[in-house]
Amino acid sequence: MQRRLTGSAEDPRIKARYRSEKRFKSYTVTALFVAFAIIIAFFTDIISQGYTAFWKTEIKVTLDYNERAARIGQFALAEDLRDIVSRGATRSIPLEIRNNPELAGTTREAWVPTYSRVDQYFKGNEELPPEMAAQVESLKEAGIIRTTFNWAFFTSGDSKLPELAGIFSAMVGSILVLFVTLIVAFPIGVMSAIYLEEFAPDNKLTQIIEVNINNLAAVPSIIFGLLGLAVFINTFGVPRSSALVGGLTLALMTLPIIIISTRAALRAVPDPIRLGAFAMGCSRWQVVRDHVLPLSLPGILTGTIIGLAQAMGETAPLIIVGMIAYIPEAPGSIFESATVLPAQIFTWASEPRKAFVEKTAAGIIVLLAVLLTLNALAVFMRRKFERRW
Amino acid sequence: MGIGTTTLLLIAVLTPLGFLAYRLGRGKALTAMAAGISMHSRPQQYGWYSVVWMGLPALGVAIAAALLSVFGVIAPARELVLIVSIAVAALGLAHGLRAIRPEVRARNALDRVIRLLLLSAALISIITTISIVLSILFEAMRFFREVSVWEFVTGTVWSPGDTFLEAAGRGDEVGEGTSFFGSVPLFAGTFMVTAIAMATALPIGLLSAIFMSEYATHRQRGFAKPILEILAGIPTVVYGFFAAITVTPIIVDIAAFFGLDASYSNILSPGIVMGIMIIPFISSLSDDVINSIPQTLREGAYALGTTKSETIRQVILPAALPGVISAFLLGVSRALGETMIVVMAAGVRPNLTWNPLEDMTTVTVSIVYSLTGDLAFDSPQTLSAFALGLVLFTVTLLLNLVSTYLVRRFKQRYD
Repeated sequence: MQRRLTGSAEDPRIKARYRSEKRFKSYTVTALFVAFAIIIAFFTDIISQGYTAFWKTEIKVTLDYNERAARIGQFALAEDLRDIVSRGATRSIPLEIRNNPELAGTTREAWVPTYSRVDQYFKGNEELPPEMAAQVESLKEAGIIRTTFNWAFFTSGDSKLPELAGIFSAMVGSILVLFVTLIVAFPIGVMSAIYLEEFAPDNKLTQIIEVNINNLAAVPSIIFGLLGLAVFINTFGVPRSSALVGGLTLALMTLPIIIISTRAALRAVPDPIRLGAFAMGCSRWQVVRDHVLPLSLPGILTGTIIGLAQAMGETAPLIIVGMIAYIPEAPGSIFESATVLPAQIFTWASEPRKAFVEKTAAGIIVLLAVLLTLNALAVFMRRKFERRW
Repeated sequence: MGIGTTTLLLIAVLTPLGFLAYRLGRGKALTAMAAGISMHSRPQQYGWYSVVWMGLPALGVAIAAALLSVFGVIAPARELVLIVSIAVAALGLAHGLRAIRPEVRARNALDRVIRLLLLSAALISIITTISIVLSILFEAMRFFREVSVWEFVTGTVWSPGDTFLEAAGRGDEVGEGTSFFGSVPLFAGTFMVTAIAMATALPIGLLSAIFMSEYATHRQRGFAKPILEILAGIPTVVYGFFAAITVTPIIVDIAAFFGLDASYSNILSPGIVMGIMIIPFISSLSDDVINSIPQTLREGAYALGTTKSETIRQVILPAALPGVISAFLLGVSRALGETMIVVMAAGVRPNLTWNPLEDMTTVTVSIVYSLTGDLAFDSPQTLSAFALGLVLFTVTLLLNLVSTYLVRRFKQRYD
């Protein structure tokens, strides 16, 4: 009986093997779904925590430029509103009156941001004392309080008052840092890759350079921070916290990425192109400049964009070189103290006040949006310009 | 005169000189050719030839002077450097123009210069590595002059706090020997977080890779692979926020449900999130490796009547093992050097424990905390960051070397 079953689908041993086959496959599928579930949970979590920061609660008030307001801005408000309106809204009134004395004695109606806890109350994140809650609810019903798009989040710098804090100065800092990174890493990276791919003889020095570049790509980013601190700041005297030192540090980090992807792009250009150009009497440099480089340019640019995207999300080395200063005003040059978007996110994340949680998550949404756009651009360029030989 | 102004002035003088040199050099070659003399190279190449003669020696003088003053050998006045380089540029220009003759091989000379320029660019990556090693080593030596290597390696108490007071000139407020630099608790934390991360990443990453390379259809693969890659593109500061704000409270709640007491800066949460970060490294490397195993191995196994999973477990995985190990080692090296996740979600208290629900701190956290705030470059606390960095750099370097070696061996076997 047992013998006849051998090898047939009824054989219990075969059945067991098929069951184990199914079990194993289900493990692999489960692993993939766990990974997907994590990604979905991650994005839902960040977006649900952050989207409210793109709106803000405003209140319509009458600003009274009276004598007391000339000393302390808060006195420009009716007494019962002083706890509801953001302190930042009236902070500049004494200065305004000093600059334009004719303002004194006049009144003006304006929509101003509310105190962050009121803002958080309307977003359902925080409770208010009952009488205050009742007051703001009635103001809301009367149309004195409204919710609008929070443009200030994109146009103002960091602030100690969460309702006024924005990402503008961090964005400017990020752009300056990436500018320095690009200016330094792109030419050096492309030149190194051209040397290794087109000019280098196969000798010990070339091998050392190659091994070295591959290892450099895997050095932890915080080590580059230590390098930036010891070499750029302590030895060369580059100002600490400046976009220059941050950009130089990130340039050294991005260099291997650019070199590796440029080499791949150069290698993708088939040899007959080079041989044809040599046959026409071109020198090696003419072959590279007029034939190989134009053909590999899309690949080089794709690699550079990916490298820059990685540099843009980097935080640890920038903290080491001091780029976590409190920067309310956008830096005007690469020598001034600056902060970058990821460092701003880090600073806000360490704020204990609850109103900063949504700011942090909103900063993350902006950062991820920029990075996804950059990566999508890289993929698009590869698809559009890639040539198959 | 600041260094910036000097550089700008130099560029402002050299750029028009360069244009001039190009025009003159090309003009001279063109005139010669018009007179019926046959020149070795093209006129433009003679133009560039004179540009090189004008610019290269002048830039060499400027850079040499800058390096001399940075390393404190001698500090020549910047005005002097500027004047000397411009004079050198003028002399070079005159010489370059005079040197243009029919038999001069400007084209070959240019190729040599360009080759040298490209080589010096390629050497910058070597210089980077050397300066990493030297700078870290130098500062670490200063640290070990004050703290014994033995204490650093075997000590179990890390409390650098008091030296901060000393550096602030209040050393007499603390007694002698109140600061300890025993790094064992820091490395314990780092290994704990790495172990948790790899325990998360390895099964998910490897099984996903097996699905994508062995079971998935072409379309499923084209869909799943880019989605997993998204995880690799997320900045670590974002993972840190996710760990601190979302994962930690969940873990504390779950632990409380089982009657356990978890810290709000427990090491488990950054470990798991770091594992999530490492999934794509493991999955894409393993996927590559499994894909490069020749089809004949699979077909041979099928011919013996094995099922798909038996083939995978008994033929494919053993064959791919070196590659998978190398992916694992790369993942470990990532986890060891990861900073933001632990800075934001793990504790700052050095703690020697086996319990992942307690707070622990790591090497990278200590580096960050000893280098933020006011820096005093002679305090052991600041210098300790470089000693820790030295160990971190060495360990990750070794892991990377072993990993590259394994992959190369693997590729050689199947290519």
